Amino acid sequence: MAENKAIEFSSDTLAVAKKIIARYPEGKHKSALIPILHLAQTEFDGWLSVEAMDYVASVLNIKPIEVYEVVTFYSMFNTKPVGKCLLEVCQTSSCWLRGSDEIINHIKKKLNIEVGETTADGMFTLKTVECLGSCGTAPMLQCGGDFHENLTTEKLDSLLEKMKIKNERSTYLKSLNLSS
Amino acid sequence: MGKKLLLEHINEPGIQSFEVYRKKGGYASVEKALKTMKPDDVTEEVKRSGLRGRGGAGFPTGMKWSFIDKKSGKPRYLVCNADESEPGTFKDRYLMEHIPHILIEGMITSSYALGANTSYIYIRGEYMYVAQILERAIDEAYANGFLGDHILGTDYSLNLYVHVGAGAYICGEETALLESLEGKRGNPRLKPPFPAVAGLYSCPTVVNNVETIAAVVPIVNLGGDEYAKIGVGRSTGTKLISASGHINKPGVYEIELGLPVEEFIFSEEYCGGVWKERRLKAVVAGGSSVPILPAGLILTTAKGEPRLMTYESLADGGFVTGTMLGSGGFIVMDETTNIVQNLFTFTRFYRHESCGQCSPCREGTAWMEKILHRLLQGKGKKTDIDILVNAAKNIEGNTICPLGDAAAWPVAAAIRHFRKEFEEIAESTTEGKKLEIATH
Ligand SMILES: Cc1cc2nc3c(=O)[nH]c(=O)nc-3n(C[C@H](O)[C@H](O)[C@H](O)COP(=O)(O)O)c2cc1C
Ligand code: SF4
Ligand code: FES
Repeated sequence: MAENKAIEFSSDTLAVAKKIIARYPEGKHKSALIPILHLAQTEFDGWLSVEAMDYVASVLNIKPIEVYEVVTFYSMFNTKPVGKCLLEVCQTSSCWLRGSDEIINHIKKKLNIEVGETTADGMFTLKTVECLGSCGTAPMLQCGGDFHENLTTEKLDSLLEKMKIKNERSTYLKSLNLSS
Repeated sequence: MGKKLLLEHINEPGIQSFEVYRKKGGYASVEKALKTMKPDDVTEEVKRSGLRGRGGAGFPTGMKWSFIDKKSGKPRYLVCNADESEPGTFKDRYLMEHIPHILIEGMITSSYALGANTSYIYIRGEYMYVAQILERAIDEAYANGFLGDHILGTDYSLNLYVHVGAGAYICGEETALLESLEGKRGNPRLKPPFPAVAGLYSCPTVVNNVETIAAVVPIVNLGGDEYAKIGVGRSTGTKLISASGHINKPGVYEIELGLPVEEFIFSEEYCGGVWKERRLKAVVAGGSSVPILPAGLILTTAKGEPRLMTYESLADGGFVTGTMLGSGGFIVMDETTNIVQNLFTFTRFYRHESCGQCSPCREGTAWMEKILHRLLQGKGKKTDIDILVNAAKNIEGNTICPLGDAAAWPVAAAIRHFRKEFEEIAESTTEGKKLEIATH
């Protein structure tokens, strides 16, 4: 994790934020809050600190409390630091029917963490999530923007290995490209 | 093989791109509507088609459109509901990922009908990569003159934007979606006023599901009457079914409404039968919220008639012996399935997703989850079953939005049809019989 990184968007990200704000009618700029929080979470190491939330409030010219209210409501926003790879395993019916318990238990054992915990090297965090619209390719996990589907314990092993070698922070947002 | 209206070109290489989509006849509905029809004519065709909302409730789309307040002088909005979070449902993702332009085309034609000049596609945050596919498709549509000012040289202008959410099932409920789109927590609004009068930014708004909007494309192309010839009775047209669970071929299938359930489950064209050569135990036919049915009742109605994939046939028998088509999230369970544990996954889901505004929903879902957990750990009592039934009864109908009902129905139905399994689990309190259940 970068230390003492200034909580401020790069100029590219700020330009995208401006473009997002322009998608909503005059005076309705608050609509841009959730999309801009995604930008912030991507830019600020995968989670939203109070400083990050306050910064977003200043970008949108709204009160910090309006940002806190929203961040704490939505499950994709992390209010605590997470590992580079946040493993979000679906545990709802269709995934459970096809073995999500085995996947979760395998990760727990292999990485020696419980749900909600992060490995000591800061590489992985395990999280259980509810249906991600991948029920036909169950069991599955999401890591950043990637869906890993039709999982088996063997596939999982090689996936975790690859992630370790790559050693990169996974993000939901892969590119800053927006339509006109 | 059944008629395909939405997925006809799914296997065409490059169909994701504007160029190929257009070559295959794409955007014809926009040309036809904008150049030869008045906005109200489009609504009329949709009415004639008999199309019913594909998001779950099945409300007639043309009628919904005709409620939009066109006299207020305020801007009107069309918002596409791409929040798709109902467990067992993944058809909208499939459609948007593979044929993004059919949604863009439907949005243009539908926005024209409603007189909307700005429209949004609200997509769940977890589908970020799909949002990026849509952004690209929208870019292509702008570049080719199908979006922006004076589309195809007409007086009609439309801006279309993708808006991502951030993980909250409740934002699929249309008023919660609008709150979320305004940059707030996704707390459903009290109705009335309905969105048709005061929706996004208090302006007249229509919220429609992805598949509903995509269906407008073939409706305008074929004409409403022609579309209505497909299907049975008031269940017209085709429907995307998301099939998952213990079947040989999970996936998204476009069916003509009216297909027998038995054929859907067992034929090679669709699910290909129950996996591992096991027997069918139960089905949740329309997403997690609808009542579960045991094998006997999903294949035939209580009257002994073959059950069909239609709104009416699936609902035949009411909640005593029937269910609902819902979102078309078709979850199949084989003979080894522990119904109580399956219910636990649903109940945990609703507890997690309750927005917390109404006490019956907030407290009730938590209680039901706790009791089911207790039962599954071998620490329950037989009286817990009646407590569950009561809790469900007390939630139903007593909340601001239908999430409360959606949480209550699966509990009531599982106990109605599989009470014995609940009793067996309640009686298995001895250490030896203790169940291995994962509750991470
Ligand atoms: C808790 C809850 C969740 C819902 N989730 C969705 C959803 O993910 N997608 C959807 O299209 N409709 C969903 N709906 C239904 C919407 O409120 C609304 O009826 C629908 O978007 C209308 O579109 P349609 O008429 O085209 O079906 C949900 C409803 C409730 C009560
Ligand atoms: S029923 Fe549940 S989800 Fe709906 S408004 Fe009430 S508390 Fe929120
Ligand atoms: S139940 Fe896991 S993705 Fe739907």
